[in-house]
Amino acid sequence: MSAEDRLQGYVGRVRRILEDAGAEIGDEIEVRVGEKTYRGILIARYELADPDHVVLKLPSGYNIGIRMTGDISVRRIAKARKPGFTPPPRPEAKPGLPKVTIVSTGGTIASRIDYRTGGVKPALNAEDLLSIVPELSEIAELDSEILFSMFSEDMTPGLWNQMAERVHRLIESGVDGVVIAHGTDTMGYSSAALSFALQKPPIPIVFVGAQRSSDRPSSDAATNLIAAVRVAGHAPFAEVCLTMHAWHSDDVIAVHRGTRVRKLHTSSRDAFRSVNHEPIAYVVGGEIKVNTEGLNPRGGDGYRFRPGFSEKAALVKFYPGMGPEIFEVLAERGIRGIIVEGSGLGHVANRLIPTLKRLIEEGIFIGMASQCIWGRVNMRVYQTGRDLLRIGVVSLDDMLAETAYVKLSWCLAQTDDLDEVRRLMLTPIAGEVGARSLPTRAEGVVA
Amino acid sequence: MKIDYGEVGLKVGLEIHRQLDTRTKLFCDCPTEQVKGKEIVFQRWLREAQSELGEVDPAALFEARKRKKIVYHADTSSTCLVEMDEEPPHDLDQEALEVALTAALLMNAQPVDEVHVMRKIVIDGSNTTGFQRTCVVAMGGWVEAAGKRIPIQTITLEEDAARIIRQERGEIHYDLTRLGIPLIEVSTAPVIHSPREAYEAAYRIGRLLRATGKVKRGIGTVRQDLNISIRDGALIEIKGVQELDLLPKVVENEVVRQLHLLRIRDELRRRGVKREDIEGEEPRDVTHVFKQTKSKILRRKVSQGGRVMALRLPGFAGLIGLEARPGIRLGAEFAGRARAWSEVEGIFHTDELPGYGITGEEVEELRKTMGAGEMDAVVIVADEEEKARDALERVRERAAEALEGVPSETRGARPDGTTVYLRPRPGAARMYPETDLPPYPIRPEQVEELRRRLPPTLEEVAENLAKRYGLSPQAADELIDMEKVELFERIVSETGVAPTVVASTLTELMKSLRREGLETQHIPDQEFLEFFRMVDRGEIAKEAAEKVFRWLAENPGKTLREAVESLGLRPVSIEEVEQRINSLITAHRELVERNPGKAVSVIMGELMKDYRGKVDGARLFALVKERLAKQG
Repeated sequence: MSAEDRLQGYVGRVRRILEDAGAEIGDEIEVRVGEKTYRGILIARYELADPDHVVLKLPSGYNIGIRMTGDISVRRIAKARKPGFTPPPRPEAKPGLPKVTIVSTGGTIASRIDYRTGGVKPALNAEDLLSIVPELSEIAELDSEILFSMFSEDMTPGLWNQMAERVHRLIESGVDGVVIAHGTDTMGYSSAALSFALQKPPIPIVFVGAQRSSDRPSSDAATNLIAAVRVAGHAPFAEVCLTMHAWHSDDVIAVHRGTRVRKLHTSSRDAFRSVNHEPIAYVVGGEIKVNTEGLNPRGGDGYRFRPGFSEKAALVKFYPGMGPEIFEVLAERGIRGIIVEGSGLGHVANRLIPTLKRLIEEGIFIGMASQCIWGRVNMRVYQTGRDLLRIGVVSLDDMLAETAYVKLSWCLAQTDDLDEVRRLMLTPIAGEVGARSLPTRAEGVVA
Repeated sequence: MKIDYGEVGLKVGLEIHRQLDTRTKLFCDCPTEQVKGKEIVFQRWLREAQSELGEVDPAALFEARKRKKIVYHADTSSTCLVEMDEEPPHDLDQEALEVALTAALLMNAQPVDEVHVMRKIVIDGSNTTGFQRTCVVAMGGWVEAAGKRIPIQTITLEEDAARIIRQERGEIHYDLTRLGIPLIEVSTAPVIHSPREAYEAAYRIGRLLRATGKVKRGIGTVRQDLNISIRDGALIEIKGVQELDLLPKVVENEVVRQLHLLRIRDELRRRGVKREDIEGEEPRDVTHVFKQTKSKILRRKVSQGGRVMALRLPGFAGLIGLEARPGIRLGAEFAGRARAWSEVEGIFHTDELPGYGITGEEVEELRKTMGAGEMDAVVIVADEEEKARDALERVRERAAEALEGVPSETRGARPDGTTVYLRPRPGAARMYPETDLPPYPIRPEQVEELRRRLPPTLEEVAENLAKRYGLSPQAADELIDMEKVELFERIVSETGVAPTVVASTLTELMKSLRREGLETQHIPDQEFLEFFRMVDRGEIAKEAAEKVFRWLAENPGKTLREAVESLGLRPVSIEEVEQRINSLITAHRELVERNPGKAVSVIMGELMKDYRGKVDGARLFALVKERLAKQG
């Protein structure tokens, strides 16, 4: 493990020089290069940087790199001061507040940068969270669990299942709300997954992430987390949802339906947007403003726990010039269902149709979503679409391609019967499809 | 009061900041020139971030405690998602790095082998990220100033901060246009021992920076920070001295302030005041004393639901109002501290009362209520109870510090040369690596290349200017100091006007107008150029310069055309002048024939009456001679 490496990032000759001096990261050392002498704290080396420099933190706090060529010597002056994160005391719990459990899975929101090494340190526990965001103690009685400590790009259907099971146990234990801290890259997939596994839950299940890490003063982690805990503890609705900034401002946090939300920006705080749907609520200045109708009420009795996600589903994006190979390989490897992100209203090149036809005949489910992101698939308008329908491609309406993939993974774990998979894919289960298309492609804040 | 700076042990270190005139900002591709475009407004909060060692920086904690709502105004023609903290920084701008390296070489400093960008935590909102990106590019140089070598400790490159638009209670507005403009910072060792030396060192460093030819000019592009201490005093950081001329005064005032605080310390100790006595005092509600008060501010605050709170300060009588110089007294220190932490307005102490509408009877009653004896002082604050209490707790803290002498703190310079409390001094726990950026190695060949291409120093520039255009050394220096070299060279190359005339207009004339209090620095370069073009075409006389530029200074935003129009200096056509000369020759025919020399001076006298400031005298003279020759 690189975290254990006492000379992280140093390799080759420079590493040997440091080793010979008995120096470790965090030690105070003296470096002489020719006539120049530098004194400072040895800092870990950036992974992508060249191997010829030593990084020192000068007494002023600045770091500089020293090129280790020519006549050089290194001397250790003092041992490292043990770095440790000592949170301020936890604020006192207020009686009578709803019980909310924060389940941490990793990602920016639940991590801190280790400034000594530049690496990311894993999850925060409830103590850490409360000391960093003391306002939380005014909103709910908090508990926290660390489920995973991972980057969200490493998430898998198997892990969705573990996540669903953990939340199910929390529901059974009687908490008033669950918050899931998650990396933002695939948070939309996970929120869709739990929407299918935990249908009509009695309490809100709220995903939350951060686009700026929590060690920076401008982090969105605190405001997002405060909103998430508020929704988990106090919302009148009980939905699997996702709370993130509605816009660049810290004052409005949007609550998105778990199956209708997509990450649409690489870096901005308002990266998550509801697609083909309005956010179900906004949190503004400590108040939850419900924005859509027909939400599952808190404490309802329709709860059904339906876990299970198959690794045999795939999501494939069509592109001009695409050959049939990807589909053939997927079929060979035993994939049981594919969501195709087609162009426009739901198309692929005509020359792919025979391959798709063969796959369907072999019992593989093929569903069509659109790479346009916004809008509804309609395969009856053009000839290509009609041909695709004729061979048995299933039109998935206004479902997000990512949600369709998650749903397919879930369906394939529920049944082995292809007809049943088709039926389930076309049956609305967690608000993933809508009948009406509204002009809601909002760029700004609606609240 | 005459101060012996050697005697008091004055030590000053300078940090000279200057904006660079690069094509793009330091960490994104936005322009550094202000343009006007579409504005968006958004709101943020910043919170203190704990360092890896579990320490919270005192300066950061100070801002976090105030927890202000921060409102940003972003003009999308000069800001992007990077300034909005919505996108990671782009690579360090290479042009800015080269300018900084060039400046470093001019100051005999050693470039570092590898540049590491750091995050310096600043959470007053002036940086959307909550930190300022900064990096050391060179160390260990020196400049020659005030007859000695002043060591340069570091030369850093950093992003400029956002500009405050306005500040309201609980809310602060910033414009993001300036955020991210490259800023070079030159820090000297604390070896400056008098106000005069401070001025000369800053002047010298400023000139070397300008020699790079890549620094911005004008108001707000230069900022001088100071570290000042005296023996037994404390290290004080003073931020934001914009005018070089103000520098000596700020240093002097700070010495006076520290000496004053030391005298108060001695007096408090002589009076036997103990820290415990001060810390044992609690703020108390004395609203009832002022039920019938005539004081407007107290009445207003109470009517808005506020309270009048009071704090007794044992043994402080007479010391709070004692003034070393206008604005330098313990009372100002109290008010500065209280305002900075809790934004209160009405704060008074018994040394200045009765006054401000507060009567002698009220003061008596106040003293009685607070149990204040003859040697005690009472400080009162009227505001929301919590704010007032908070403010008085800060006053109590500051009063206790008075027993120690001078508290170490960061202060802000004001235009009158005094300073005001800003925040505690930052600790070492506020500098972290910018993990979004790689280190940038500086290759030895790159340094050698820059060394070969080093621009001339301004002394060399002055020498060349003087030689090339026949200017006096003083005139050349003036052009440089007033940052008019480029304009001067442009005018001289585009017009046939004598360089000495152009130089004296740009320097002497502007200085004399400025001495009268006119703001000539706002006159755009374009108007100077246009003026000399007109002189060149004979449409206006160079003698009109004073009238024209006085008018332009008095009428900011107006053009030269409007000046000429309004002053009745409409260009005179050559034909008109020739006609006039002809008629004068005719009128003086006899004299012309009798005494041509005398005739010329008579005719010139008449002509100058008509055309002074409109047609160049030399030109008139030439025309008269020409006409007479033809007639002869």
